[in-house]
Amino acid sequence: MYSNHPSHSQQPIVFSQEMLDQSQEIIKHYPEGKQKSAILPIMHIVQKHFGWVSVEAQDIIAEMLKIKPIEVYEVATFYTMFHLHPVGKYVLEVCRTGPCMIRGAEDICKYLEKKLGIKEGEITADGLFTWRTVECLGACGYAPMMQVGEHYHEYLTPEKLDNLISDWKTK
Amino acid sequence: MAKVTIDDKIIEVPDGTTILNAARMIGGDVVPPAMCYYSKLKGSGGKCRTCLVEVAAGSEKDPRPMPKLVASCSTNVMDGMVVKNKTSEKVMDARKGVVEYLLMNHPLDCPVCDQAGECNLQDLGYEHGLQKTRYEFERRTFEVQDIGDNIKLHMNRCILCYRCVYTADQITEGRVHGVMGRGDHAEISTYITKAIDNDFSGNIIDVCPVGALTDKTFRFKSRVWFTRPMLAHRNCDKCCGKTTVWLSGDDVLRVTGRKDQNGEVEEFICNTCRFDKKSLADWSIEGPSHIDKHSVISQNHYELPSDNIKRLK
Amino acid sequence: MGRKLLLEHAKVPGIRHIDTYIQHGGYRSVHKALKTMTPDEVVEEVKKSGLRGRGGAGFPTGMKWSFLAKPEGIPRYLVCNADESEPGTFKDRYLMEYLPHLLIEGMITSSYALGANTSYIYIRGEYRWVYTILVEAIAEAYAKGYLGKNILGSGFNFDLYVQPGGGAYICGEETALLESLEGKRGNPRMKPPFPAIKGLWQSPTVVNNVETIAAVVPIVNEGGDEYAKIGIGKSTGTKLISACGNIKNSGVYEIDLGLPVDEFLNSDEYCGGVANGKRLKAVIPGGSSVPIVPAGLFYKNIKGEDRLMSYESLSDGGFASGTMMGSGGFIVYDEDQCIVRNTWNLARFYNHESCGQCSPCREGTGWLVKVLDKIEHGKGATMADIDLLWDIQRRIEGNTICPLGDAAAWPVAAAIRHFRDEFEWHIKNPQLAQSKNYGLVKETVYQTV
Ligand SMILES: Cc1cc2nc3c(=O)[nH]c(=O)nc-3n(C[C@H](O)[C@H](O)[C@H](O)COP(=O)(O)O)c2cc1C
Ligand code: SF4
Ligand code: FES
Ligand code: FES
Repeated sequence: MYSNHPSHSQQPIVFSQEMLDQSQEIIKHYPEGKQKSAILPIMHIVQKHFGWVSVEAQDIIAEMLKIKPIEVYEVATFYTMFHLHPVGKYVLEVCRTGPCMIRGAEDICKYLEKKLGIKEGEITADGLFTWRTVECLGACGYAPMMQVGEHYHEYLTPEKLDNLISDWKTK
Repeated sequence: MAKVTIDDKIIEVPDGTTILNAARMIGGDVVPPAMCYYSKLKGSGGKCRTCLVEVAAGSEKDPRPMPKLVASCSTNVMDGMVVKNKTSEKVMDARKGVVEYLLMNHPLDCPVCDQAGECNLQDLGYEHGLQKTRYEFERRTFEVQDIGDNIKLHMNRCILCYRCVYTADQITEGRVHGVMGRGDHAEISTYITKAIDNDFSGNIIDVCPVGALTDKTFRFKSRVWFTRPMLAHRNCDKCCGKTTVWLSGDDVLRVTGRKDQNGEVEEFICNTCRFDKKSLADWSIEGPSHIDKHSVISQNHYELPSDNIKRLK
Repeated sequence: MGRKLLLEHAKVPGIRHIDTYIQHGGYRSVHKALKTMTPDEVVEEVKKSGLRGRGGAGFPTGMKWSFLAKPEGIPRYLVCNADESEPGTFKDRYLMEYLPHLLIEGMITSSYALGANTSYIYIRGEYRWVYTILVEAIAEAYAKGYLGKNILGSGFNFDLYVQPGGGAYICGEETALLESLEGKRGNPRMKPPFPAIKGLWQSPTVVNNVETIAAVVPIVNEGGDEYAKIGIGKSTGTKLISACGNIKNSGVYEIDLGLPVDEFLNSDEYCGGVANGKRLKAVIPGGSSVPIVPAGLFYKNIKGEDRLMSYESLSDGGFASGTMMGSGGFIVYDEDQCIVRNTWNLARFYNHESCGQCSPCREGTGWLVKVLDKIEHGKGATMADIDLLWDIQRRIEGNTICPLGDAAAWPVAAAIRHFRDEFEWHIKNPQLAQSKNYGLVKETVYQTV
């Protein structure tokens, strides 16, 4: 149930000037009075900045777009890309759909679970990683694959995962 | 005007009338059940799929049948259209499916549900349901929530008709609840626990076709069939003040909007009338209420012909 | 060797940038259309080309364009559907990633034809880097005067924006896409009214797939008649196919419609055959929503004729023995793949992606998953469960608001239709089915164990 989610931010949420400018720029894409269209693009900006989208951030979006907070909540919970509670710094999203499954996606998930020592959706103790499964990401020919932030990592193997993870750990 | 045939009954209706409303003008058996459509709420309908009908002929001009069953609540009639509701095997089969889908995650708590006896889903299940459900898995569950001082939300029972959302959008100011999540995880919620609190919020109880939204000030006081619904009114500065009060002896157990023959409220009422005026002295009683066809009381022939006449004046 | 109308320059270094793109003949269609043709003439060429929508349904594009309402004083929109989320489909991504200007060029020419002065490319949110590629390419096009006010002195003003989605397959359905673009939940709308009458912000709107819009470029350049010469029957032109699964060469290919499926799957120019010397078990040729066909029905239709990569040939035999062209997501299954597991996996996908508005889809898809899970994971399924699956899918199909319900029902129906014995084997051998696959042979080979 949503009311039980740790969906509140522990820190006060402030949008940086850059975020505000970007948001204002996006609002210009739509005709007068249709600024509600900017919800998804702005939510992406928020997630990129904070790593997730808290209730407080959603309330600010509502205020910016002159709509009711509930209109943002309904949208935020509909789309699966938005993390509505805190996640690791790197979120490893492994595609689990048919074409990836038949090319070993399940083994990749098992490997990640062991390697990171966390179940799907959890955060590692160092706060660095979360992994979860997602549906087809449009990379079926390059399976198995995962998305991390803005990047796709394709033709995954355990060795490739080892390298990526140690890279991220030292960053 | 358009002439339509529904289950062999013919009626002429204004252009732009939906099949469902045309059927309602004919009345009786030809009326498809409607769990999500609500004529007073813009944009409602199309979702539950209980009102599916077969269009055997599209119109006078183009008498081809429509390839798929259509939602009668959101399909307009055409002149010369031939519609089959109860006379269509395809419709009855599809409806049986829809009812099974609606019931599969619905709790079997009718005996303790406030809506029992006046629940559209209970009626539907009775009419179209299978003797035994074929769904053998655990049902989806949610915790019961208080949304404000006077309204309880049993999400388990909700069929996601969206009526309460449209109500909050269209007749109250500042909607604070909506549908969260998607697919079979979708739920009616305020997202973060917030009270639904405004003068007309109580109407979401009246529009709910099942027992998902219930009146906390009525709960457990009585089963509906032990109450006597009476038409009543009072001078109200917020709403029309015309209500149905549900009495047990001289106690006002609950107050609701007046329902028409389609089970829809005639006029929305305010929370003061609904939740705060619980004394007989608050009300001028007009006489026994016409009883919603969904109420068990109607099945017990509580409603006498003379009551109807009185109501029509 | 098929000709390449769309991808010819895909691998040219720097083709993402407008100068290189123009050097290779880019933006010719904009010059031609805006300077020498009326909007209606462009529509006419598209009609002549016989181009059919590449997003899945295959609806004739010219006809769709001519349905667009044109009331005075109300803006019209062209919205490009770049939501591409149908499992097995990754062709639009390829096109946008390598040839962003081809899509932009198509958007300008098409918007001119439709009289749209503002258009949007709605791209799935996950394609973030492609979004950036498009935004940069659009900026280049503005700088060169292909976007903005009075383009090429023609008096045509045109603005183009990219809008990211947020992770929802259903937003590929055109009315859900419009809702999402309006900043709402991606709940499909009831039709009618169709987008051509009331679309984005209640204005007349055309929604077209990325590949459809890109195809307008060669159609305007070469003429609709020339385009229509390619292909076979009502399947004209070239088509992008994204091939994946157990094949040697996964990737995106541009084929002439009408290419024999045998050649597409087995020649080295394309898929290069089933990988690792395995035998072919089944194919889903048009994205996960279209019916799966066993190898036997894939190569030849029931009349014994070779199947071709065309709308008509792939659907020959209807659902009893055929399938569909769909979005061109070509998924190949070798002999080691389990049909029950695959069906369960795809059912789970549709359940996950259902918007939840209408009850048959919301509840029915969840039920399918649970019954399939029981069969696949040996949780005490009985033969009656196969009939139950059939019943559940049958009552979803055709009874929902949008075609996602059908898309969820068809894969289950097709799997039972063609691979019932494999379902039965799972039920009879629940333990064994956890460790072994049924394989290719249509007999319950392990039954005696
Ligand atoms: C559930 C569902 C998902 C869809 N996804 C896509 C998609 O990702 N991309 C697309 O172009 N069309 C998709 N479509 C088809 C669109 O509704 C629409 O028909 C198409 O964008 C029209 O463009 P076209 O005529 O150029 O093919 C989808 C349809 C449904 C029902
Ligand atoms: S068929 Fe499924 S996805 Fe389409 S409107 Fe109905 S619930 Fe939503
Ligand atoms: S199935 Fe994994 S990317 Fe398509
Ligand atoms: S009443 Fe028509 S679909 Fe629900």
